[in-house]
Amino acid sequence: MTSAIVVSGLHKSYGSTHALDGLDLEVATGEVHGFLGPNGAGKSTTIRVLLGLLRGDAGDVSLLGGDPWHDAAKLHRRLAYVPGDVNLWPNLTGGEVIDLLGRLRGGLDEKKRDELLRRFDLDPTKKGRTYSKGNRQKVALVAALAADVELLILDEPTSGLDPLMEEVFRQCIEEERQRDRTVLLSSHILSEVEALCDRISIIRRGKVVETGTLADLRHLTRTSIQAELAASPNGIAQLPGIHDLDVEGNRVRCEVDTAQLEAVMRQLSASGIKSLVAQPPTLEELFLRHYEDDVPAQDSTEPEAAVR
Amino acid sequence: MNDFVGTGTLVRLALRRDRILIPIWIVVFVMTAAGSAKATMDLYSDPKALVDAAQTSNASPALVSLYGRIFDESSLGEVSLFKLTAFGALLVGLLGGMLVVRHTRSEEESGRLELLSAGVLGRYAALTSALIVSGATVIVLGLLTALSLMGSGLDAQGSFAFGLMWAAAGLSFAGVAAVTSQVSESARAANGLTAIVLGVAYVLRAIGDSSADGSTQWVSWLSPIGWSQQVRAYAGDRWAVLLVPLVFLALLVTAATALIRRRDLGAGLVPPRPGPPRAAKSLRSPLALAWRLHRGSLYAWGFAFLLLGLLVGNIASNVDGFVTSDSAKEMVQKLGGVEGITDAFLATEMGMVGLLASAFGIQAALRLRSEETALRAEPLLATGVSRAQWLASHVLMALLGTGVLILVAGLGSGISSGASLGNVGRQVPRMLAAAAVQLPAIWLVAALVVILFGFAPKLVTGGWVLYGVFLLIGQFGEVFNLPQSVINLSPYGHTPRLPGGDFSVTPVLWLTGIAAALTIAGFATFRRRDVG
Repeated sequence: MTSAIVVSGLHKSYGSTHALDGLDLEVATGEVHGFLGPNGAGKSTTIRVLLGLLRGDAGDVSLLGGDPWHDAAKLHRRLAYVPGDVNLWPNLTGGEVIDLLGRLRGGLDEKKRDELLRRFDLDPTKKGRTYSKGNRQKVALVAALAADVELLILDEPTSGLDPLMEEVFRQCIEEERQRDRTVLLSSHILSEVEALCDRISIIRRGKVVETGTLADLRHLTRTSIQAELAASPNGIAQLPGIHDLDVEGNRVRCEVDTAQLEAVMRQLSASGIKSLVAQPPTLEELFLRHYEDDVPAQDSTEPEAAVR
Repeated sequence: MNDFVGTGTLVRLALRRDRILIPIWIVVFVMTAAGSAKATMDLYSDPKALVDAAQTSNASPALVSLYGRIFDESSLGEVSLFKLTAFGALLVGLLGGMLVVRHTRSEEESGRLELLSAGVLGRYAALTSALIVSGATVIVLGLLTALSLMGSGLDAQGSFAFGLMWAAAGLSFAGVAAVTSQVSESARAANGLTAIVLGVAYVLRAIGDSSADGSTQWVSWLSPIGWSQQVRAYAGDRWAVLLVPLVFLALLVTAATALIRRRDLGAGLVPPRPGPPRAAKSLRSPLALAWRLHRGSLYAWGFAFLLLGLLVGNIASNVDGFVTSDSAKEMVQKLGGVEGITDAFLATEMGMVGLLASAFGIQAALRLRSEETALRAEPLLATGVSRAQWLASHVLMALLGTGVLILVAGLGSGISSGASLGNVGRQVPRMLAAAAVQLPAIWLVAALVVILFGFAPKLVTGGWVLYGVFLLIGQFGEVFNLPQSVINLSPYGHTPRLPGGDFSVTPVLWLTGIAAALTIAGFATFRRRDVG
């Protein structure tokens, strides 16, 4: 398996802010890779380094087998990029911008251009200054998706789209996957990544903290279990990997580390299972687990207030 | 009353945003006025020298069309400050107008005003607050200028007349900007329209002031800058004239509020029209895009430069009408007869045309930075376009654009001066040459912007500061008795004076060489830095 993008130990600082702190990222050729993280985690900075717009302070970056800083223009002919903030020239129409960007990339699939305009319901005759945020994003998406390139780099491409257009976007990415095109999709919308991506990297404070397929990552998290037993449960609390246990008579609710699931199930069935609801972990939970440290704990200030 | 709710908040917001900008502007104006008054007063300690200087100036069509007429040739205050009367009014007008656009259309275009309008904000609050901020700025500027002039030893009444006529020009153009901000959807266009009105106002008063037989003197009264001159500070102090700009302001503000009632927030008067769904075949390179982005402003500037050239050439043919006094005749002899004085006039005017063209060059080169900060460079640089290609596209617009402007002005002045002097065949190539020698200095200043963009992009608007410094050195360097080494810093000072003067190729080569070196250094530094 070849890799379209390999980043290792990437550092980037702006003054005293350490935006990237030893980031590792690998995107295999032909996969749709989700790049997940909240605002300010370093997603856009990473992408800008990948595009040769920023130069990393330390670390190795390889893009389509080349060095994005030195071979920028040459490599860019093989990729298309949709920025998170799309700004258009006020006096150029959307259609003109799509054509211009396409030509500068070295060509545009005319048939696909027309088809995408129709699917995204975009009027190409409006001037840049009159488009809404969503429509500006559509202009950049049409230009990128109609380009005949190996790699798509999309930085939060749906942040201004309505749910209908988001659905169109998902279909488009699904089609790109079937054509074996590589896609790096940065997003903070979990359902989008969950629906589209083969593999996911979660970035936090300038570092990738988890990477793998959704199935891989699920192993790292918890399954939520609700069971009604024939008798009151026995010895469950002592098992490793049990969290938030709540026992009311014969009813049990708990969170189980997915790796320990088997042992827990065996223990439960020993008491006789009458009904069972098991929910696989959502990406939300996975994500929140990684970020719960970052959410300011509001409770901790209360005792102090009470003292006063 | 509801239409004005929130004005106070917006005024405080504007003052907070401009808490550095406004004081700097005020200090620059006050210091320039006081400094130049002090320096010139020392020069004319002898009343005879004063009158001589004033008569010579009034006899020179170049100086009269540039700065205006001196109404009282024996007034120390007026002779000391006449270079700053119309010219200063122009700059205060620019400040007054710019502040209004900055706090109305710019805010509206960026969408920030929409954010605020969703709160409790009356329909006229933005315009009212912008006018209050702009008006207060120019009035404070005028009053402080008056005090500083009194401090330099000039009489109080004249000093207040001077300061207030500056403020009046600021108010007039605040009114102009109030209207231009309603017309177009973009702040760039609003500022451009205001600048055009300023330019027309300056030219109108130049026509009126330089009317040799007095038959077209009334033209000056069509110009807000003309009104400022007609206050005649230190030469009669005609306070009543100050009412004219106030009435003008009131009319324009009424018009602006009427326009606001008719339009939606964010929209202009001219509704946006659909454009082509496909790009023209030619729109396939960064250069083609740059041309598309710069061509509108180049057409407008080109038209203005053609008119300016025709006008300058036309005034040049009237110069012998000025030659009435003995001292003027003496000057004419010294300069080599009527052709000598005509050439001297044309050479001075071409220098001014060069300075104006420089403003286009700086503005075009600054487009690099605005494209970068508006995140419009990023999608281009993420295609097959290299950094050098993208930079070159805008740099070429700055260099070639100024070339076109200056040659258009040269052609216009050659045709009109040749037509009235009866030798078009000779005058056109002479004026084209006089125009072309301005280019190296213009390019050098544009190249300074390019190197700033590559090396210190956050300081790139320092290009305007350098331009201002060069202007001041050129205008006041000798008055302030600055050392020659400082005066030599201004590239404009090294331009050969054509037509009529000696042409020496050395400074031209030096200026061009430095401009090329700075541009190349700009390319090299831009290729090494982060974008965005």
